[in-house]
Order: sequence, then C-alpha cells, then structure tokens
Amino acid sequence: MKKVANKKLVGKTCGSLYTEKVMETFKNPHNYGKIENADGIGKVGNIVCGDVMWLYIKVDKNEVIKDVKFETFGCVAAISTSSIITDLVKGKTIKEALKITKDDVIKSLGGLPKIKYHCSVLAVDALVEAVYDYYSKTGKEISADLLKKHDALKKSKDIIEERYEKAVEK
Amino acid sequence: MQKIYFDYASTTPIDNRVVKAMMPYFSENFGNTMSLHTFGQEAKFVLDQSRQTLADLINSEPNEIIFTGSATESNNLALKGISFANKSRGNHIIISSIEHPCIIESAKWLESQGFEVTKLPVDKYGFVNPEDVKNAITDKTILVSVMHASNEIGTIEPIAEIGKICHEKGVYFHTDASQSLGKIPVDVEKMNVDLLTASSHKMYGPKGVALLYVRNGVKINPILHGGGQENGMRSSTVNVPAIVGFAKAAEICSVEMKKEGARLTKLRDRLIKGILKIKGSRLNGSPKTRLPNNINVSFPRIEGESLIIRLDMEGIACSTGSACSSIKLEPSYVLLALGLKPEEAHGSLRISLGRYTKEKEIDYFLKVLPKIVTKLEEMSPFK
Repeated sequence: MKKVANKKLVGKTCGSLYTEKVMETFKNPHNYGKIENADGIGKVGNIVCGDVMWLYIKVDKNEVIKDVKFETFGCVAAISTSSIITDLVKGKTIKEALKITKDDVIKSLGGLPKIKYHCSVLAVDALVEAVYDYYSKTGKEISADLLKKHDALKKSKDIIEERYEKAVEK
Repeated sequence: MQKIYFDYASTTPIDNRVVKAMMPYFSENFGNTMSLHTFGQEAKFVLDQSRQTLADLINSEPNEIIFTGSATESNNLALKGISFANKSRGNHIIISSIEHPCIIESAKWLESQGFEVTKLPVDKYGFVNPEDVKNAITDKTILVSVMHASNEIGTIEPIAEIGKICHEKGVYFHTDASQSLGKIPVDVEKMNVDLLTASSHKMYGPKGVALLYVRNGVKINPILHGGGQENGMRSSTVNVPAIVGFAKAAEICSVEMKKEGARLTKLRDRLIKGILKIKGSRLNGSPKTRLPNNINVSFPRIEGESLIIRLDMEGIACSTGSACSSIKLEPSYVLLALGLKPEEAHGSLRISLGRYTKEKEIDYFLKVLPKIVTKLEEMSPFK
C-alpha cells in the first residue's frame, strides 16, 4: 500500500496543478526568442494580469509558416502554451494554422487547470494577431472572420490598458 | 539533488524536541480536560502548564490566553468577537491595508453586518503611520487591528506607538503576531496591545493550534458556543497534544531567539546583497526594520510563478505574490499597497529563512537564482 501512495507523488513535485507534459514543456520550451525581420508579430496579453505573449512568424511565398518564435512574460502555463503553439503551427499553411483552437492547445499539453485556460486562448490569439500583422504589412486581403477576431482583441486590450493607467495612477 | 526549504513564513517543520514533548499526549495521557477523573485532570494540568509557558513568553496572565485552532480563527474571534460585544459603543473598526486575508475578509464580512471599516494606507516600506491611526479614530471606533510583522514583506510595524494612541483614545487594539512571535520580542505590556494573535506552526510547533491573548477586562464575545472550554471563549474539546507542542515550541524559541535572530539576520542580509546584484531587482519592504528571516524582492521582467517552479526544479522552495499563483489571478495587494506596479508585483519572490537554514544553502541559491532569472528573461518580451 505504501508503495502505491509513494508512486502517486512521484513527478508531482511542482504541484499537482500541471500535467507532466506541461512541466516538461516549461522546462525545455521550443522556439523561444525573437525573429529579426519577422513577417508578422502578434502581441497579446497584458501586464496587469501577468501574461504577455509575443509571437513572431516567418512566412514563405506559399503562405507556409516556415519559422515561428515566441517571447512570453508569464506563468508556467503561458510559457507552455507559447511553446506548444509554435510546435503546432510550424510548417503549416496560414489557413491550416488558423484552424488551431484553444482545445487543440490544451489537448497537446495533456490538459490545463481550468484557471489557466486563458493561457491557451492567449496562444491562439497571438497567432491571429501575427497573421493579421503579416496580412496588413503585405497588403493582402484580410478575411471578415480574422478582422472580427482582431477587432475584438484590440477592444479588450484597450479596456485593460485604460484600467492599467488608472491602477498605476493610484 | 539538494532540497532547500526557503518558505518558513508559510509553515515550519515541527522541531524534534517538540514532537517528543507531544508524544505522550496522543495515546497515553489522552484525557479530556473537562473530565473529573484522573485522565481528565492530568490533561487539565498539562493544559494549565502550557498556558503558563505561553503567558510567560508574551508577558501576560495565563487566564488571558485563549487557545484556538488557527491564527485565522484567532483573528476572526478578535474582530468579530470585539465588534459584536461592543456594538453599543460604536460600529467602526480600523485595519491596515496589508493585513492577512483573514483580517481583511473578516472586516469585509463585518461591513455586511452593518459595521464600518477604515483601511489605512502604508508607505513604500509597508509602515502604517501612527498619525494616520490617530486621525482615523472617531467616537464610533471600537477596534484597531494592525499586524506586528508582515507575512509577505517582513516589515515590523510601530505597534507600541499605535497601541499608545489607541489607549489614549479608549479604543481596543489588536495585533496579529503570527509571523513575529518566536522571532522578535513580543510583550503585550510594552506593545500596548489588548488582543494578540499567535500561531504554533510558524514557530516549529504543530499545525492546528494558535492563541488569542485577550487582556483582562476586555469585552469580547465567543464565536463558537458549546461546552464552555477556554473560559467559555472557545468551546471545543481541547487539543492537548497540539497545545503541549505549541508551548514547547515557544519555550525553545524564547531560549534561542537572540542567537538565532542574529544568525538569521546575517544570512538574510547576505542573501539580499547577493540578489540585488541581479540587474533590475529591487527589495520590497524595509531594509532595516524587518523580520530577521524575511526577504522579498522583485524582478520586473519575469513572472513569479515561472520563477518559483524553476527554483523548485532546482530543489528550492520559495513563494511569490504573482497573480498567476493565486486563486483570484490578482497580484499581491500587499505589494500594490506599497506602490509597486502590477508587473513588479507579478515578478516578486519571497524567501523566508529558518532554524534549519545553512550558510551553504545561501551559496547554492545565489548560484542558481541568476541563471534562472537570465533564462526567463531570455523568454520575456521585456528586455
């Protein structure tokens, strides 16, 4: 009996909050850093909540994401979802990449605590913004769906930034 | 891998001498203190002895000590018990904005019951200004509660001065000494307090036991009603082994306090000096008037939970005021009250040392921390 109990504790040293896959990803995240001359940069999150994610993409002429990197200020979940989204989108066309949902991110990490779901949303949003930035820079047509997502993100960002100004003023 | 515990402000291991003192009271002398027979009277005897030990430590009378189940319970009893017993005198209570959640939440609940609460600000080091207390007291004020030392930033408040003001104004004064008892001198007379909370598991005693000192003559209502234990102030079968452990732990602390305090202060200051060499880091709380075992620093470009988990992977246990590590996903209100920006609060690290902290652990920590900070900064968009 004692053996079983001990076994359960192994690998949970960093809190039973996160799955082993999350911990592993956090320990050795892929593709972090900056891409100089990136084709698109997605900047999401806000410092008030403590998560800021920047996603850089390099896109070839066939709209394939050839390279992707992240820079993230955030918790274990934010860094793990950042790393996972880079793995998920690398080598995919933009069209395919935009189909990735927060659930795909969560699934790839073997699950996330509910309180950290927003980190998976952040990763997906970062991609949306990076693609939007790429399309804007190249003057390509932006689909109605992408535009809608971008506008919603911008709106919530403005609200939070206003809140931040107020918080700092205090 | 080394395992280093730098979270003594969260809880402490029970000292072996304490465990030994507690052992007979689990299955040999297990009596109920309310029983008339020998089993019961033996339990009652050791309860009285323990009460005397703790009374001596804080310079009170034994009958002024109520044993409770936790510091949270003691603080709830202090705020609610005083408020309801003194309703006829007024409905106003004053607390500081950096109190432990069990004070803040109790005060909030009292607001819902018709009481008025004033939360005093603190300065950039976390000090409450006694003048602010003076100005906040009205003819409706019945209680002021200001913690002795902060659990997060270690700042030691000017309790004696605040207590003097309260007594001049005829207002009860409570202090939460959960973090300070056993580490720095606590004397209810010198500190001018009417009520004081202390906790066993912060001072190498068992969890599940704490005390509330209530000065003789202070009007207070119980919140637990029943068999009338603890002079009617806290009904519940008395947890004798835990109380014996609490008293033993207190006794050890009082004997070793001076030497241990000097040792920890030296280690603390070495650690602070070492950490502040890291670019962008800052110390939170007062550099001088702080608990000998507390260090609180911020790294503005990185987030606290990530830092804590990376440290944990290296075998080091610390704590943070970051939002991501809290249930509410809000950064520490204590750090915000000092005037820190949210990003500085997110990047905060609390290190608390204790009885088993060794010099070489400090060396190891100072070797590991800069590497982790650099690694996380590499991942951060803020350079």
